[in-house]
Amino acid sequence: MMRSIFFLGALLLSLAAPAQLTIDITTSGGRQIPIAVMPLAGEAGVPQSVSEVVSADLARTGLFRMVNTVGISPTPTEPSEVNFGDWTARTAEALVIGKIEKQGERVEVRFRLFDVQKQSQLASYSYVVAPAQLRATAHRIADLIYERLTGDKGVFSTKVTYVVKRGGRYELQVADADGFNAQSVLASNEPIMSPSWSPDGSRLAYVSFDQKKPMVVVQNLAQGTTRVVAGFRGNNSAPAWSPDGRFLAVALSKDGLTQIYRIPATGGDAERLTNSPGIDTQPAFSPDGQWISFTSDRGGSPQIYRMPASGGAAQRVTFEGTYNVGPRYSPDGKTLAFVQREANRYRIATLELATNQVQVLTDGTLDDSPTYAPNGKMILYESTSGGRGQLAAVSGDGRVRQRLTSAAGDVQDPAWGPMPTN
Amino acid sequence: MKNAALIVVAVAVALAGCASKETMTDVPVTDKSAGVTPPTPNASASTTRSTTSSNVAGDPLRDPSNILSKRSVYFDLDSNSVKDEYRGMVQAHSRYLGDKRDSKVRIEGNCDERGSREYNLALGQRRAEAVKKVMTVLGVSEGRIETTSYGEEKPMAQGHDEQAWAQNRRADIKYAGE
Repeated sequence: MMRSIFFLGALLLSLAAPAQLTIDITTSGGRQIPIAVMPLAGEAGVPQSVSEVVSADLARTGLFRMVNTVGISPTPTEPSEVNFGDWTARTAEALVIGKIEKQGERVEVRFRLFDVQKQSQLASYSYVVAPAQLRATAHRIADLIYERLTGDKGVFSTKVTYVVKRGGRYELQVADADGFNAQSVLASNEPIMSPSWSPDGSRLAYVSFDQKKPMVVVQNLAQGTTRVVAGFRGNNSAPAWSPDGRFLAVALSKDGLTQIYRIPATGGDAERLTNSPGIDTQPAFSPDGQWISFTSDRGGSPQIYRMPASGGAAQRVTFEGTYNVGPRYSPDGKTLAFVQREANRYRIATLELATNQVQVLTDGTLDDSPTYAPNGKMILYESTSGGRGQLAAVSGDGRVRQRLTSAAGDVQDPAWGPMPTN
Repeated sequence: MKNAALIVVAVAVALAGCASKETMTDVPVTDKSAGVTPPTPNASASTTRSTTSSNVAGDPLRDPSNILSKRSVYFDLDSNSVKDEYRGMVQAHSRYLGDKRDSKVRIEGNCDERGSREYNLALGQRRAEAVKKVMTVLGVSEGRIETTSYGEEKPMAQGHDEQAWAQNRRADIKYAGE
């Protein structure tokens, strides 16, 4: 059936480096942990300031208050050099110090994290890396600090993907979670939609219109190879990976109206999972692989339903309002983020599955495509206003909001990548 | 008069929202976009494609004076019902397909920009299916009609008002090879 699989080749890796996203906190609520991040000794002699990246990562979460470090001299690099009285006076509860030393072609980065009140060391790590790795190392340090102080995994070393639209030109870009190092992995004069990360982060599935109609393509990021995995008659769209990375749930219209099917992630025959008189689309696997949540208008208005991952009877899970679509599971599987329409505004909401509690998190007019950070703490989404698409993020409790801006053009359809594997 | 019409439109838009809660049947719905001028079948061709002046005489599909050069069906807000004013055109294409046994068509559905992208993609496909249904009832075999959708991804009008949205709630008939 799918013998027509073909490779488009690795022509996509040599595209110009695009403009980066800038992420700003627009609101933060609740108690913030006051933390002082000292410049690391020796930092001036290397191409990338580690402490600046660590500070920016922590500040962007809205969970930390950065304590002023100006006037602390000399710069402490060892525990014995820390005067905890200085930091108590500045109301810091946590303190980061460290140093960077050249070791031939490489550099050693050491950092220590202290509890100021207890005057005790919480963490101490050392990395020997190439200078080009300093930014990535700073993200790993920020991850460790974040986890020690909040109890949750940090996501500073993860990646995001999104579509940039400029005139009639579309680019699929992959960037670090802080918006830096944006790379184009695909460019086209036809629309690109619905990118989705494989669970191991090595591949992206997305919808390409290169052949004048929607087809589902899987692209290997390291090799740049692409393969049409669903190119059936009619529409092929809405790819969602099974947690084991072996299958994709997709929306196909090959048998009439759009329904949900399962295909091997390498392409192959499609197994039909839904059979309804309406539209069934936007599938999402639960993290345990047992369920698929999806959008269906079988009952008249589009609502979210849930069925066993192998198909079968579906239960409706949203009941408030006339438009609840595009479910995405939180990493712990307990919550769905989705798009809700109320009074002609489209906003991101969450549904707690155990209690059916719905919380509207955003206040845009045309918000779409929610995607959870792999620690479940933030939801990244597309927020269109005045016809211009930009990205925004909101914490799961709605208190912290970020705006991600790009000078490049319309930014849409984000997907937050998984935790790095190493 | 014109202002009054615009107010009607604004109210209709505010009440009815986007193209997304379309009816699931072919039952005609009330025209909530009264006061807006959706493109007429005749006007649509000139905005959707330019006809080269050379050699149109032999090709009824490209002859501006032939109804077969009209290809777009426009939909009301919240509707996937093929309105009467477009049925003559769809019937002409059905007859043409009856005569030209080797020709095939793709019907491409479109939505306005409001709502969720993937759901809009499926809604556009349902509009294309509605046009296909008119053709199959008239005897065109299903195998010669493929329905696809661009959803909200390829708006013909770039604006963000009802005038633009009316242009973008559309299904286009395209012949294989075009």
